[in-house]
Amino acid sequence: MTYIIQQTLLYAIPLMIVALAGVFAERSGIINLALEGIMIFGAFIGVLFVNKMQSAEWVIAAKNAKDWMSLQGLEVMAMATAALCGAIFSLLLSFASINLKADQTIGGTALNLMAPALVLFFIRIIANQNTLQMQTGDAASWFMIKKTTLGFSKTDDLGFLGNTFIHRVYLATYICIIVFIILSVILYKTRFGLRLRSCGENPQASDSLGINVYRMRYAGTTISGALAGMGGFVYALTTANCSANGDVAGFGFLALAVMIFGNWKPLNIAGASLLFGLFKCIAAGYSSIDINGDGIYMLAELGISPHIYRMLPYVITLVVLAFTSSKSRAPKAEGIPYDKGKR
Amino acid sequence: MEKKSFFRSESFRSVLASLISIVIGMAVGALIICAVGMTDPSLGASSVGEGIKLVFGGLFSTGRNAQGVLTWGFNSTNIGNMLFRATPLIMTGLSVATAYKTGLFNIGAPGQYLMGTMASLMIALSIPSDKVPPVLIWIIAFAGGTLAGAAWGMISGAMKAFLNINEVIACIMTNWIAANLVTFFFDISNFKNVVENTKSGYIYKTTYNGVATAKLGLDKIFSGSQVNGGIIIAIIIAAGVYILMEKTTLGFQLKACGSNRHAARYAGIKDKRNIVLSMGIAGGLSAAGASLYYLAGNTEFFWSTYQSLPAIGFNGIPVALLALCNPIGVIFAAFFMSMLDICGLQLSNLTAYNEYITNVIIAVIVYLSAFSLFISMLLGKIGKKPETVNANEEKPVINDKTTVAEDAAGKGGNE
Repeated sequence: MTYIIQQTLLYAIPLMIVALAGVFAERSGIINLALEGIMIFGAFIGVLFVNKMQSAEWVIAAKNAKDWMSLQGLEVMAMATAALCGAIFSLLLSFASINLKADQTIGGTALNLMAPALVLFFIRIIANQNTLQMQTGDAASWFMIKKTTLGFSKTDDLGFLGNTFIHRVYLATYICIIVFIILSVILYKTRFGLRLRSCGENPQASDSLGINVYRMRYAGTTISGALAGMGGFVYALTTANCSANGDVAGFGFLALAVMIFGNWKPLNIAGASLLFGLFKCIAAGYSSIDINGDGIYMLAELGISPHIYRMLPYVITLVVLAFTSSKSRAPKAEGIPYDKGKR
Repeated sequence: MEKKSFFRSESFRSVLASLISIVIGMAVGALIICAVGMTDPSLGASSVGEGIKLVFGGLFSTGRNAQGVLTWGFNSTNIGNMLFRATPLIMTGLSVATAYKTGLFNIGAPGQYLMGTMASLMIALSIPSDKVPPVLIWIIAFAGGTLAGAAWGMISGAMKAFLNINEVIACIMTNWIAANLVTFFFDISNFKNVVENTKSGYIYKTTYNGVATAKLGLDKIFSGSQVNGGIIIAIIIAAGVYILMEKTTLGFQLKACGSNRHAARYAGIKDKRNIVLSMGIAGGLSAAGASLYYLAGNTEFFWSTYQSLPAIGFNGIPVALLALCNPIGVIFAAFFMSMLDICGLQLSNLTAYNEYITNVIIAVIVYLSAFSLFISMLLGKIGKKPETVNANEEKPVINDKTTVAEDAAGKGGNE
């Protein structure tokens, strides 16, 4: 059970945060198809930051002194850097789609093409191979929070909750959850959030009330870029052992699906990403899942090909969408460039 | 008078906008090479010049001579390989372009491509060639691959038409489902190449069963390359798609659904049927590209593909956008893309840079083409009021373009 919950969270959290990134862009009226590209870019920047900082003196000192707080600080700094660069990268999309009123699908596609190309170009020059890894060690030994990190001894039993939520986890997971909650509240309970949402529904009306539609759309897309960049690094850190190779296994697109699936609402998105994460977890580790703890690996003994399990998350998403999509309601003005002169 | 109207025509401006995007994209690529070469002392200034030369003219590179200097000339291998690589790109480009014209964004080309690969390889390898003539097997395999892709495309289309699922999401999901399905079926099949044990994870070449696309003498013109008759088939199909979309009732109906689904339905066009059909056509085109590529006889398919989707499928998107979704333009855009591909290979073989710079160039071009559609739309508005078009049409084309564009931008601001 512990294994299932931890693995599910591992897949669900990056999806959830990137899907929220999609919500911020689309609620302000911009279709952000570039989530995948921004994730790839953020993952690269975060890993590069960790890689370079590993030769900084204070980091080496902290590692040698087993100063876990500083290492967690490094992780948070890498997340922040990835978010910042993701936001900057997303400005390319905002500029094209807000100022130049370009086709947002094409702009997003261009960013999706650009990110892996740029990232691989630099990785090949920096690392002389197709993957950029940490300079030394791996993600687990540097950043994972374990019993021993928190001062317990290896033999201590922390109970079910302790084993699940504070042993062998990453701080990044919890930061993402907190950020997700804060931003959801901002989107629904503040003046800024209301204005942002109004620009995705009826920008002409918002403009007539003195809201700067362009600025709101820039804000939405930039927040979206920051979240996607951060999500990309979190994905690379927690599931790819802190390495970047110009690929996030289609997670950006999956996040888009989760966003539509969650009907552009944060709470539904959290649920949708957990569902998707659960099936991803079953696909990845079906052979070592022991549901009721009796030592029998039921899923492995069914003898179904692993490829069927790997297909499941996608099939389930389509099936659920088939039942729910008649109720799905996209922001009304998404994808339409705002033109002051139009009515 | 005749000439003037040509220069003012929308298609001319669109082509011009694409050409300008290409020039800017190449310039950005050159700039990145400069920036990297200048900041990294191990690469050196001389490599910058070589890198830029190869990005622009890699097609005519013939390697290095004994003194280590780059040599240039007609390289039949490069040009032949360019044609060979352009073949599937034309098809996936056509697929994305046709769907785009009918208002659908076909990001499902990779999945359709994979289904086409699977069907045509399985057919080509399973029919015994001692009983059936290889040409017939080739035709059956090509048709089977195309149909498989069409069916796979129709699934996404039906989801869009009947269940109101956004086609982008349906396509992305079916892509990954296809990747897993293909791996699953090849995993349990007996087509895995076990004869050459250096080739783990590959399916037999179709030549194992004596099936290969006819060379049609192209291999003699471009000696040492992989080119075959597939490129001619692809060009014929592109012409066919052009006729279908521009000259037939069906094409008109499909496009009408694309521009306004509800208006089309009001006019008595079956919108749901047309959405399914246009995804089916798009899927068939992608899959036909896969069949042409893998039936060539000298290509191998890595069957354990569930973790990644074929790049050729996604590259159909830039090809289509660069060609402004015109089927004939797709041919040239695909040639251009595969030329860049070859340039990239030469770049990574001959210098310390790598081939990904050409992908950056393509991305920049697509990014610019996002507003070139916008510009050509504005130009179209201007064209309706001849008095606003400036008088000296005979000026060099680039100048003409920029002045009109500024004019257009100015007008947009005033409105």
